[in-house]
Amino acid sequence: MIAALLSLTTLGLALGVLLGVAARVFKVEGNPLEAEVLAMLPGSQCGQCGFAGCAPAAAAIAAGEAQVTVCPPGGRNLAVALAGKLGVSADLSDVSDKPPTYAHIVGSSCVGCTKCLKRCPTDAIIGASRQMHGVLVDACIGCEKCFEVCPNECVEMRPIEPTLQTWHWPIPADVT
Amino acid sequence: MKLFRIRGGVHPDDCKAMTALRPIETLPLPKALYVPLHQHIGAPASPVVHRGEHVLKGQLLARGKGRITAPVHAPTSGQVVAIGRHPAHHTSGLPTETITLKPDGKDEWLDAEGPSVDPFARPPREIGALVAESGVVGMGGATFPTAVKLDLKARYALKTLVINGAECEPYLTCDDRLLQERAAAVVDGMRIMAHALGVKEIVVAIENNKPAAQAEMEAQTRSHPQISVAHLPTRYPMGSEKHLVQALTGLETPALGLTADLGVVVHNPATAAAVHDAVRLGRPLVSRVVTVSGGAIRKPKNLNVLVGTPVSDLLDYCGGFSAPPARLISGGPMMGQPLPSTRVPIVKGSNAILALTAREVPKQASMPCIRCASCVRACPSGLVPLEMANLIRTDDLDRAVDYGLTDCVACGSCAFACPSHIPLVQFFRYAKGELAARRRAEHKTKETARLAEERKARLEREKEAKRAAMAARKKKAAKAKAAKAKAKRTAAAEGA
Repeated sequence: MIAALLSLTTLGLALGVLLGVAARVFKVEGNPLEAEVLAMLPGSQCGQCGFAGCAPAAAAIAAGEAQVTVCPPGGRNLAVALAGKLGVSADLSDVSDKPPTYAHIVGSSCVGCTKCLKRCPTDAIIGASRQMHGVLVDACIGCEKCFEVCPNECVEMRPIEPTLQTWHWPIPADVT
Repeated sequence: MKLFRIRGGVHPDDCKAMTALRPIETLPLPKALYVPLHQHIGAPASPVVHRGEHVLKGQLLARGKGRITAPVHAPTSGQVVAIGRHPAHHTSGLPTETITLKPDGKDEWLDAEGPSVDPFARPPREIGALVAESGVVGMGGATFPTAVKLDLKARYALKTLVINGAECEPYLTCDDRLLQERAAAVVDGMRIMAHALGVKEIVVAIENNKPAAQAEMEAQTRSHPQISVAHLPTRYPMGSEKHLVQALTGLETPALGLTADLGVVVHNPATAAAVHDAVRLGRPLVSRVVTVSGGAIRKPKNLNVLVGTPVSDLLDYCGGFSAPPARLISGGPMMGQPLPSTRVPIVKGSNAILALTAREVPKQASMPCIRCASCVRACPSGLVPLEMANLIRTDDLDRAVDYGLTDCVACGSCAFACPSHIPLVQFFRYAKGELAARRRAEHKTKETARLAEERKARLEREKEAKRAAMAARKKKAAKAKAAKAKAKRTAAAEGA
C-alpha cells in the first residue's frame, strides 16, 4: 500500500517537473504556422484578399478561416504551396478565372497628381507632381490600387500577354 | 574508329531520297526581307540602323548586348523600310522585333576584301571575337552563339571537337549536301574552330545513310591526320549532342551538365562553314542552306536562302503545294515545330521547311496505356516516359522532375514508339514550359516581397527625415527666440 502510494507520488512529481521544464524550454510564441504562412505570402500588403495586409491574412489562413486561394498575386503556385503546408486540398477552380494583369497609365489624361504612386505597394509607379507617371511593368503586381484611386480614370488594367520568352506548349489533349 | 552503343532510339523512315541528290540552288532575291533581331539563344540584338537608311550586304543591322548574344547583319543591300513587329519563326505566331529590308537588287557586299591574315597565326581569342562579330550561331537548330561555345576552354579541359553531321532527322539533307558541296570550307572551318578551342583532335561524325558525304569528307581530310571521320549507325536520335558523344566516347554526359564536362565540344557542319566564311572572307552569317521537302511539296529542293526570306518565297520556288499540307513544319518531323503561317521569315536556325500530307502525319486518336514499355525501350536517355506522363497528367511536376524530366532531350522517340499513340513527348514539352513558368512566378513573388520591404524602409526613412527636420526647425526657432529676447534685454538696458 505505502510502496504503491510512494511510487505513484514520485512518478507524478517527476513527470510534473519534466512537463514544467519542457513548457519553459520549448515555449512557443504565437502560432508558428502563422509566421511560416506569412513568409510564403508576397508581403506587398496589397489588400486584394480583403484583409488589411499580409499578416492578418496569414493569421486567417493558418486558422483555417480563409481559403488558401485567397491571394491573387500569389496565384496558383502559392495556393498549391499553402495547401501542401496546411495539409488541405485546394479548390483551384476559382484561382485561374482572373488572368494576371498590369497597370498601364494613359499618358494623355494623366495630370500628375501622384495619388497612384503614393499607394503603389511595390513602388512600381514612377513620376512626380505635375509630371506624367509611368508604370514599371516588371514590378507591377496588378493589385488595382492605382486603378481605384486615379481621379482621371487614366489607369487601365491590361492582361499580361504571353511573349516568345514566356509562351509554352499547352498540355496535350489526351483521351486516357 | 571504335564506336559505342547508345541506349534506345528508333528507326523512322528517313524519306531523304526526295532531296538527297538535289544540289543546293540559290534562291533568287525576294521582294522583302524580314530580319528578326532575336535569332539566337540569349539577349536580343538592338538595332543600330534607322528607317530609310540604305545598307550594304553584310552591314551590321543590330548589335548584340550582354554576354550570350549575337549581332544581326543585312542579308543583302537595300533600304531599311521598317523596324517593328512581325510574326516570329515560332509556333505561337507571336510577333517579334524585326527589321524589314527592301533589296535594291545589286546584292552589293559591304567589304569585298576579307582579312588576309592567316587565322592559325592569330591568338584564339581574336578568332572568337571575329566569330562573335560575324553573328555566327549554332546552325543545327539550337542557335547558341558559337563564339560563347568557342570560349569554353576557359572553364573546361577540352580534348576533342566533334562535327555533328549525323543529321538523323528524317527528310533533312541540308548538312549532307553542304558536306559534299562545300567540303573544303567545312574542313577549313573546323580546323579554325579547333585552333580557337585549343584542341588537337577533330572527329567528323556522319551517319551511314550518307555514304557520299562520308567519302567526300574522307577525301578532304586525308592530308590532316588529326581529323577522323566516324561512320555512325543510322539510328534516331544519333544527332542528339549528348548521345552522339556517348556513341563516340562511350561516356555519358552528366545530368544537367554539358558535353564539355567530358572534354568534347560539338558543332554543326554548317556552323563550321559559317566560321570559315567569317574568318577567311570576313563575311558575316547572312544565309544558310534549307531543305524544302515533304509529300505536299511539288519540287522538293535544297536551297541557299538569305536570312529573313519569307517561307512563302521558298515554297513558291519549289512549285508550291501539290496537295494540301496537313502540317507545315520548321525543322525535322521528329523535333521540328509547326509553323502557323508561311509569312514567317527563315532565320539562322531553320534547317528545313516541311509540308507533310495527311498520309505522312496520320492523326491517330490516343488510347489508354497498356504498359508495354515500348517507350522505355525507345528512350535514349534511359527514362520511364509512361510514368513521367502519368505524373504530369496529375500535375505532379516535381515528381516528374525526380523521374528525370530535365534529362529528357525531347527527341520524341517515346511518342514515335508508343503503340497507343499517347502524345508522350508533348507532355514533357508542356511540363518543361510549365515548370519554367512556375519558376518565373516564384521569382516574381520573391521580388514583390523585396520591393514591399524596400518601400517600407523608404517610408520609414522619409518619416525619420521629416521628424529630424521638424526637430531641427524647433531648435532653430527656440534659438532665434532666445536671441531675440536677449537683444530686447540689451536694448532695454541700453535705453535705461
